[in-house]
Amino acid sequence: MSPPLLTIEDVAVELPTPRGDLRAVDHVDLSLEPGRTLGIVGESGCGKTMLSRAILQLLPKKAKLSGRVMFDGRDLVRLAPESLRRLRARDLAVVFQDPMTSLNPVLTIGTQLMETIQEHLELDVPAARKRSIELLAAVGIPAPEQRLAQYPHQCSGGMRQRIAIAIALSCEPKLLIADEPTTALDVTIQAQILDLLAREQRRRHMAMIIITHDLGVVAGRADEVAVMYAGRVVERAPTQALFKRMHMPYTEALLAAIPKLETAPHTPLPAISGRPPDPTRPLKGCSFAPRCRYAAGRCHAAKPELKSAEISGHLYACFHPIQMAEGMSA
Amino acid sequence: MVAFIARRFLYVVPVLLAVSLLTFLIASLLPGDLAYVILGDQATPEKVAALRHDMGLDQPLWWRYLSWLGHVLQGDLGRSFRTGQTVLQAVSERIPVSFELMLMAEFIGLLIGVPVAIACAARAGSAFDRFMTGSAFAMLSMPSFLVAILLIYLFAVELHWLPATGYVPFTEEPLANLRFFVLPALTLALAEWPGIMRVLRSDMIATLQEDYIALAKAKGLKPSRILFVHALKPSSLTLVTVTGINIGRLLGGTLIVESIFALPGIGRLLVGAIYTRDLVILQGVVLLVACGFVIVNFIVDMLYAVLDPRIRHGHA
Repeated sequence: MSPPLLTIEDVAVELPTPRGDLRAVDHVDLSLEPGRTLGIVGESGCGKTMLSRAILQLLPKKAKLSGRVMFDGRDLVRLAPESLRRLRARDLAVVFQDPMTSLNPVLTIGTQLMETIQEHLELDVPAARKRSIELLAAVGIPAPEQRLAQYPHQCSGGMRQRIAIAIALSCEPKLLIADEPTTALDVTIQAQILDLLAREQRRRHMAMIIITHDLGVVAGRADEVAVMYAGRVVERAPTQALFKRMHMPYTEALLAAIPKLETAPHTPLPAISGRPPDPTRPLKGCSFAPRCRYAAGRCHAAKPELKSAEISGHLYACFHPIQMAEGMSA
Repeated sequence: MVAFIARRFLYVVPVLLAVSLLTFLIASLLPGDLAYVILGDQATPEKVAALRHDMGLDQPLWWRYLSWLGHVLQGDLGRSFRTGQTVLQAVSERIPVSFELMLMAEFIGLLIGVPVAIACAARAGSAFDRFMTGSAFAMLSMPSFLVAILLIYLFAVELHWLPATGYVPFTEEPLANLRFFVLPALTLALAEWPGIMRVLRSDMIATLQEDYIALAKAKGLKPSRILFVHALKPSSLTLVTVTGINIGRLLGGTLIVESIFALPGIGRLLVGAIYTRDLVILQGVVLLVACGFVIVNFIVDMLYAVLDPRIRHGHA
């Protein structure tokens, strides 16, 4: 296996709030090899977006970040702002969740694409324009030349997300972070966007992190999945191994909460009862224990560490992993 | 775009009509009969009645309004019964003074307010931001006559850098003309920039929280480009509104500043008309100033469309 492109070591993010410090990301370790895909899955507020912002060095000013984010041999946390700026878009790009708000409403699509290209690649205006048209065509925008002069509000949501992807791809990044790239889109468009990302990833041999609350999104698309809960990675495994046999009750509950086609109509969805713990008041035991149907006395008293399962590369943090002979099918 | 302008212009017509009606009513409903004002309190009732008839004052109010409006629409705003000057003559003599003062004041106000606002928004909550916000608030609370006197004392009396009062037309002595305008324009600008700064600062701070600013950072753009291209334009709608209102207000002359610095502008014309009960001048000037205000705001609406394509395309 090639050396990792991205290694996150002991990353923690704390946000000061009036009620005390909020630990959004609680000592996370992850790594990703070039050209591979990592899915980060968890419900709202589990810290997955904060983790992505920590990698991107786009945390709110007040946030406190500790740990190391080694990217291509350099620690992004300690990199000088100017070096970091030069590395953005060229090496490290992002697609945000909501294409309605992530494009500037008062600048044309052409400006927003070309400024990125001209900032990082030494191209003159006609060359940058030509490249922009090619990029828009590559992400499936019809009549790309006309689109350059248009503004974001003249495009549909799916179209805007394609444009955001074109911007992210514009300087051939080594790593693309897609933060819930399809959550704000119509269901019919979601698969198209995910397929587009997968296709461009293969074509450019780019590493990708897909952040989502939907295990179904990462099922066929990620090489490895990390499940986050209350700021921690609670289970991490190669995708196939995870879906074959999940160890962490939270992962199981997350999968069970996805509606399935084969279930009879009017069957109540097994939603996860309760709410995630208050991140300003960390629990002594396992953060999922209050909502977990397998929880026993020990779960409330001590925090389980991430430990290896039988299959190599499969880690989980649970005292009472699910004892199932065969895993659930997605 | 043409449709947008036409649509906006349709709003302007009823506004102008309402303005003319209000102006007329204010002048007509002021206590005291114009005929008595002209003839003095020694006039006989017969002479007053005759003059009232000549001037049409014995006609019903609505009829007087319509005939006045008819004259106005033909460009005849009336003539001062004291100086014999027409309203248009009086205004066109003085408008260059008020216009020049407005331009300089607004220019200096923006020159101070906009950079300070951007610098504060970029470092919101910093010591610099708190100091400038505090200073702006202090400036805002200072009455202009006080600022004017302080400036005269400092720059005219103590330092002898600038003349305290007076005026020469720009066409005669351009440099001297500008020197006369510095202190009054600065007085007004010192009252203008806090508003400009506070409005733009808070809009900028809100804009800097937007996703598209995070994306601009993620794109590795230079911080200056993020501030001036990505953040300033979408943040400047309120700034344009405030500037438009300021311009409209200053076009009508500034009674206090023009009086203190002895500038023969619209403000002084109005003050004179009020003292001498020259209702024709008063009514005409107020109407013209109000029209100027409406036109400036019409231009501001056009500027919105230039700044925000969503307005241009009728999406917002």
